Amino acid sequence: MSLVSRHLEANGIPTVILGSARDIVEQCGVARFVFTDFPLGNPTGKPYDSEMQRAIVAYGFDVLESARFPRTTVQTPFTWDDSAWWRDNYMRVDDTNRELLRRAGELRRRQQSRRKVEGHARAT
Amino acid sequence: MDDVHDPAHRMFVSYIDKSREYYLAHGYGNPYRWAHHEDAPWAPLAKPLAESRVALITTASLIEGDTDPDPDRVPAGEPYASPVEPPPARLYTQHRSWDKDATHTEDLDSFFPIHRLQEFVADGRIAELSPRFYGVPTDYSQRRTVELDAPRVLDWCREDGVDIAMLVPL
Repeated sequence: MSLVSRHLEANGIPTVILGSARDIVEQCGVARFVFTDFPLGNPTGKPYDSEMQRAIVAYGFDVLESARFPRTTVQTPFTWDDSAWWRDNYMRVDDTNRELLRRAGELRRRQQSRRKVEGHARAT
Repeated sequence: MDDVHDPAHRMFVSYIDKSREYYLAHGYGNPYRWAHHEDAPWAPLAKPLAESRVALITTASLIEGDTDPDPDRVPAGEPYASPVEPPPARLYTQHRSWDKDATHTEDLDSFFPIHRLQEFVADGRIAELSPRFYGVPTDYSQRRTVELDAPRVLDWCREDGVDIAMLVPL
C-alpha cells in the first residue's frame, strides 16, 4: 500500500495513509502517515466506535492540510487497552510454540506447492 | 516501567522484526526484504479539501454473498475498482495479515471508513468521494505492486478525477 501511495504522489496525487504498522510504512517512505498504535486490523478506529473513527479520518485531513514535507508521521492519541498482551501475542515465537510453528510451516509449504500445481497462484 | 511499555524495547510493535522471526520459526529461511527508500515523493494539495474529490483505497477484497471462502483457497487478488454508492455491505479480510486474536473486522468503518467519509462530505469538510473506491491486494512481490497494481490505481484515479487519496492498509 505504501508503494501505491508513492506512485500516486510521484504522479501528482497527494495521499495520506491511515495505518498501524509504523515501521513498515516508514521504512518504505511515504508522504503523509497517520499512525494509530492499535493491533493490526482496525487502523481507522475501534469497531463500532464511530466517534473515534471520525477523529482518525479527521487527523488524515489535518495532515493533508498541514504537512509541508514528506515522511510526515502523526500519531493519534488513542490506545487500544491498558495491557500490552496483544503486542507480545501477535506472531509470538517462544519455546512453548516453536515446534508447533515448525510443523505449521511444513504443512503450509505442502499446501502452497499443491496450489501452484492447481494454478491458484497469481500470474507473474 | 509501566504495565504497557518496557522501556528496554521500542514503544510500538516492529512488524518487520516480528514477521521475520515468525516466518523463520516456520522454516522459511529467506527473510522478506521490505521496501525501503531514502526519499519519498511529494505532491502538494492542488486545492482546498472542501473542493477536493477524495478516493478511498483498501487492501481488503470484494466478496460475493454472505459466506466466507476458506482463506487458504482464496485466489490471489487483482486490483479492483467498485462503486461507493451504495457502499459495500462487507469486505473480505481473512486472507490478510492482521491480529485475529486481538480484534475483528466486522465493522467496515474500522478499516474502510466509507460512512465516516460520507459524513465529512455531508459536513462540507471534503467536496465529494470518488464514484469508485479501489482495492489493492497486499502482494508479496513488490515488482507486481509497482509495475502492475500501482499504475492501474493511478489510471482509475485519473479517470475518476480524484484530487486526494486516502489509503488504509489493514
